[in-house]
Amino acid sequence: MSSKSSVEAAPAVMAAEDNDEELSSLEDENVISASEDEEGSEDERKHTKLLEAISSLGGRRRMKQTERSEASLQVSEFSVAADGAGEKVELSDLLGTMEKTPGAPNKTKKQLKNLQNRKDTLELPLSKQETEKIQRGVAYKKSSREVSRWESVITQNQKAEQLVFPLRQDPTGHKRMEQVVAGWKARTPLEQEIFSLLHSNSQPIHDPVLTPVEEASIKAMSLEEAKIRRAELQKARALQSYYEAKARRESKIKSKLYHRVQKKAKRRDFLKQFEEMVKTDPDAALEELKRMELSRMQERMTLKHQNSGKWAKAKAIMAKYDHSARKAMQEQLEINKDLTQKLAVPSEDEDEEKNGDEEAGALPDFVNDPEPILDPVNPWMRGKLSKEEPEPEVEASTEARDEDLEVQQQQEEEEEEEEEEENEEEKLLREFERKRKLREDEDDDLVPVPQEEENQTLPVAGAEQASSIEVSAEDGSKITDNNDEDKDEDDKDEEEEEEEEEEAEEVVSEFNSLFNRLMKSNTTPAVPDQNEGEELLDEGLVRVQTMEDLEALRKDRTNEANQEASVPATDTPTAPESASEPPNKKKRRRKEIDLKKVLTKQATVVKVPLAPTVLEEEEEEAEVHTEQAAIIKEAFAGDDVISDFLKDKRKQEEAGRPKVVDLTLPGWGEWGGLGLKPSKNKRRKFRKKVAPPPPRQDKKLPAVIISEKRDASVAAHQVSQLPFPFQNPTQFESCVRTPIGQTWNTQTTVRKLTAPRVVTKMGAIIEPMSREDLVPKQKSNEAKRGAAILLEEKRERGKKKGSGGKRALQQKKKKMQKQKKTKE
Amino acid sequence: MLSGRRRKGYPAEVEKKTCTTKMAESSEVAVERKHVENKKKAPKRYWEETQNATKKVEAEKSSDESKQENTDKEKGKLTHDEWRKKKKERTHGKFISGKTDPFPGDAPIPEERMKKFQRGNKLEVPAGTRLKLRETLTRSEAGSDLAQNQSARYDLLLTEDAGFLEGEEDEDTCTISQEDIAEAVDITSGSKYFNLHLTQFGPYRLDYSRTGRHLLLGGRRGHVTCIEWQTKNLMCEINVMETVQDIKWLHSEAMFAVAQKKWLHIYDSSGVELHCIKKFNDVLRMQFLPYHFLLATASATGFLQYLDVSVGKEVAAIPTRCGRLDVMAQNPYNAVIHLGHPNGTVTLWSPNQKEPLVKMLCHRGGVRSLTVDKTGTYMVTSGLDRKLKVYDIRAFKPLHSFFLPAGASCLSLSQRGLLSAATGDIVQVYRDACGGAPVTKPYMAHRVRGTVWGVGFCPFEDVLGVGHAEGFTSMIVPGSGEPNFDALDMNPYRSTKQRQEWEVKALLEKVQPELISLDPGMLGKVDNATFEQKHKERVEAVGYDPLAHKKFKPRMRKRGRSSAGSVEKRKNKVAHEDQRDVIRKTVGERMEKEKKRKESAKVQLKGGELSVLDRFKKVG
Repeated sequence: MSSKSSVEAAPAVMAAEDNDEELSSLEDENVISASEDEEGSEDERKHTKLLEAISSLGGRRRMKQTERSEASLQVSEFSVAADGAGEKVELSDLLGTMEKTPGAPNKTKKQLKNLQNRKDTLELPLSKQETEKIQRGVAYKKSSREVSRWESVITQNQKAEQLVFPLRQDPTGHKRMEQVVAGWKARTPLEQEIFSLLHSNSQPIHDPVLTPVEEASIKAMSLEEAKIRRAELQKARALQSYYEAKARRESKIKSKLYHRVQKKAKRRDFLKQFEEMVKTDPDAALEELKRMELSRMQERMTLKHQNSGKWAKAKAIMAKYDHSARKAMQEQLEINKDLTQKLAVPSEDEDEEKNGDEEAGALPDFVNDPEPILDPVNPWMRGKLSKEEPEPEVEASTEARDEDLEVQQQQEEEEEEEEEEENEEEKLLREFERKRKLREDEDDDLVPVPQEEENQTLPVAGAEQASSIEVSAEDGSKITDNNDEDKDEDDKDEEEEEEEEEEAEEVVSEFNSLFNRLMKSNTTPAVPDQNEGEELLDEGLVRVQTMEDLEALRKDRTNEANQEASVPATDTPTAPESASEPPNKKKRRRKEIDLKKVLTKQATVVKVPLAPTVLEEEEEEAEVHTEQAAIIKEAFAGDDVISDFLKDKRKQEEAGRPKVVDLTLPGWGEWGGLGLKPSKNKRRKFRKKVAPPPPRQDKKLPAVIISEKRDASVAAHQVSQLPFPFQNPTQFESCVRTPIGQTWNTQTTVRKLTAPRVVTKMGAIIEPMSREDLVPKQKSNEAKRGAAILLEEKRERGKKKGSGGKRALQQKKKKMQKQKKTKE
Repeated sequence: MLSGRRRKGYPAEVEKKTCTTKMAESSEVAVERKHVENKKKAPKRYWEETQNATKKVEAEKSSDESKQENTDKEKGKLTHDEWRKKKKERTHGKFISGKTDPFPGDAPIPEERMKKFQRGNKLEVPAGTRLKLRETLTRSEAGSDLAQNQSARYDLLLTEDAGFLEGEEDEDTCTISQEDIAEAVDITSGSKYFNLHLTQFGPYRLDYSRTGRHLLLGGRRGHVTCIEWQTKNLMCEINVMETVQDIKWLHSEAMFAVAQKKWLHIYDSSGVELHCIKKFNDVLRMQFLPYHFLLATASATGFLQYLDVSVGKEVAAIPTRCGRLDVMAQNPYNAVIHLGHPNGTVTLWSPNQKEPLVKMLCHRGGVRSLTVDKTGTYMVTSGLDRKLKVYDIRAFKPLHSFFLPAGASCLSLSQRGLLSAATGDIVQVYRDACGGAPVTKPYMAHRVRGTVWGVGFCPFEDVLGVGHAEGFTSMIVPGSGEPNFDALDMNPYRSTKQRQEWEVKALLEKVQPELISLDPGMLGKVDNATFEQKHKERVEAVGYDPLAHKKFKPRMRKRGRSSAGSVEKRKNKVAHEDQRDVIRKTVGERMEKEKKRKESAKVQLKGGELSVLDRFKKVG
């Protein structure tokens, strides 16, 4: 019973996955059941199998329950028990077979033996973190070593008085023209652009005898030919425009009837097209078929034409009495039927084949053909049966085709009147195309025709061959069927025509899309293909006449593109390669200075040979007055001058001396009042003395007063903070003491003292320092040589071993060539 | 009479034209240098023998070193061995031909000349300095060495030499009359002695332009004239119809300033009045500071004013409070203005300070005249006490004191340090008055017609101009002018175009008035003022303390909430905000300490582990 429940549970789970509660309960049940029936698991399995078989018989397919199989005797849901868990697999067990096998080499045997004998266990591998740490350490060391190589250069450059860039300057002087030309590369974007332009216009860069353009012009056609071609093109263009205009006009017509007829014609065309496509381009036909299948699928998915909608229900009521309503419903069903009609898929089942015979008739034969695989070597991949009895088939097929054609003609006749104009134009267009193709063919005469073109040309040349190939896959009996099928098809077509008259919009739209696509593919040949058309309409100087030329041009372009791509790649930098005395004392000393001594210095009497004859009497009165006054002053107040001066000086000194700040407040902490002075202690405590200023400059000069005031105006221009490398002002001042201007120095000195720190060359690109600049030249050469030697050795070794195959051979060849050269 | 005298360096024009200075030569340096180096050495002279013997080794050493430095960079491409070889070749003076260079290496430069171009003392790089510092110092030292060497080497190109008047035995040079000199010298030089009899417009003051080509005369009674004195070409002659106190050329001979009775006027060389500057009134004396484009004026009202001539702005007006300022001179070395006062003091001024930089007591009586020499070393003053004093202005110390019979009314120092002193109608010229041994007699003396009112040496010429009551006298004083001129600075032979060019350059290189101070090298020194000092200055300059804490002012509130009480409350909320933090911090610290102390005490008290039952334990 429990088993049954479990079985039931499984599908239930499948059916209602979203229902969590149910699921959990069922799981519980499962657990119980599993625990109960452990012994009878085998029976259970059989039972489930049986049940499955039964269930599979039912219409609906059931998902197969996933089953886990374990290589163990007991299977439990709770644990995975390995069979024979107690037994350990030993190395000897595995190696036992080794000795028995004769092919095993002795060396491996020995190694394995050694392994067997070894008792010690392997060391536990280091943890991921530790290994990573070690790796990082090593990487850091490596990279730091790499980087530290630059240190000396960097410090040197930092120290250097002058750096001249670019570092590698070509020797000055004139160069030979060839050197200049050969060494030139397009570096700047502008240069590159110009270069690419030159290339794309195939301008000569090296001077060949003829430019590509000239060569092309030689190859180009004559004037007459060109004229004819031009006229042709003109006509084609005109026709194209007419056609377009017509199409536009037609699209504006509102008549339903007209459109119906039009649709019919299109439909017919489409079928014709399809027929042709089957012959010419099976791939495209297959595509079309796929699309049809897709539409069928979509139809099957929806309830669109199944008369289940609102409208349909209303109609169903009406259908009893209204004929038209009935017809409309019928139509809908028809559409549904049409769309859901299964496309015949070839299957092994005979029954199916039989069932689908009628349906399969609608399908072309090529459906059974495998997709063409372009591997000519592998016979298994050709997917075609050996060709047997081709001749009768051909006959049969031709017959069938003839019949087809007849039917088609009949159909065409019905609508010929409408399509007369169109046909005329189309004919013309087709003619042009044919002409063009012919010309191409002429051109292609010399060249091996590519497979695609072959496919296109073949149906024109020999339809028989193609049909034979197609039909070859079928049996002879089938061929007879085919004829029937064709007939059936025809009947069907007629039916379809009738149906189509009342086609629903959906189908129309679908079909229209299909048809439009076909129309496009049909019309595009008239408007020449993109690649070819452009080249045809492009009346440039260059005319590609042969495929070779075309390829050559293409190659040129790709080469250019490659060059363009490669140029910037090479240009990119390879390595990122950057006293004092207290004032009281002074006062006393000042007093000691004798006033008279200040200005009494022994004056030397100068004898003048010429005594001044002109006396003051001659001078003007005003002058006399002032002079006299001065004389009087001199006579009476000689001492005063000095004493005045000294007073002045003292005053100045006093002013410059910082004052003692008395902060005593009378009455605080003691008695206050009239006639009471703060105590001495207190005064001492609250008098703030300021540090004495530095000694005056005029301390030792009695007759001089030097102002101690700081000149703030100069300070604004002075350096207020010591600049970086200097440790004291004297160092800085000594560095600044020498003027560097032209006024004080010779020209050479000025130039040297004011040399710029970095000198660059105008227009030169300053590239980062390369490794080659870093490593001394000789060393690097040696290293290179060393590397070369190593390589050589390797090569030789490779040769000896005979490994490397082709490459080794090439290298050998190269080496031989080199040797030859050196010998020469 | 003059046969026995060697007259050297008379400024003959032809000679002058050929003479070149260091700067004029600078453009041709490359060529010249090559020329000098490749020049065939003159054969050895006998007197050179001794010098060479002593110096040879030294020179070789020094030259080697210098070469090493100079060529180091050039030798970048040569390998070390090659370079050494080349050096060997050079040092031994071996040529391919086998000849040897008798004078290998660079020509030695005399010590004196080297000293002349020395700038400051060489800095010894101490042992422990960092690499970067060491490099910068050595590099700068190398640079200054190079500059010194080169300048000294090119001093050779200053070919002109100044000569002097030399008398025969027992003949005083001062007894030689101007007429004699003029007769003895060549015509052009002779023509430099001349008299202008201008009796009508009273005593004349004079000024030579900086090139020495133009002479400006200003008669007290309003007669102003400029003359191209060598050609005797009268540029303009006007009468300003006012008393003229002083006249001065501005930066070029295109303009001059005249201090008239009331205002200061500026005229151009054709006598057109350009400006009347009414800000400058009652000007008595003027000085022009050429590198600062400043016209300093001293007025009767006791104002010292500075006018920036390039922009026409008054830079500074300083009330000196020293009375009438009629004695003025400038120190060409540092552009400081010296003023002489009636109380015998000389004050030094800069436009940046409202008080004198230095005030020195020079004479017992009033100062009559003063002058400062070109190098800014000496100041010569003369006072009413009839004394002539020479001061070392760098140290503000008197060097010499001379007693002149009548005292000197006008003083002037020439470019080469000759001192002219006018006593009454006699002009005396002293040689080596500053420095050296005290002089007892003048070098030259000349009596002019009237009382001397102004004297001035002509730059680059051996000429002394004397303005007096009866006109003007130009007298020849051999050896007064600088024979070598710097054409880029002042070229006596410059054309109009050159003058214009120079004017532009000079304007571009104009020195700002702020840089005037006693020490002109102030700019190259580090300002070591403290922050306090700077802040003080800033406060003074701005007028308020930008860093001062803003006083809290409670917002006015309505409906009686702005009562005195509430305002006080609000004030109290923010009072002593700056102190609060400190207090909070200190209190916190104290609390923590206390806490710690208590804890430690507890632990001590505990000793070991205490239990409840411990109280029942017997103590002992």
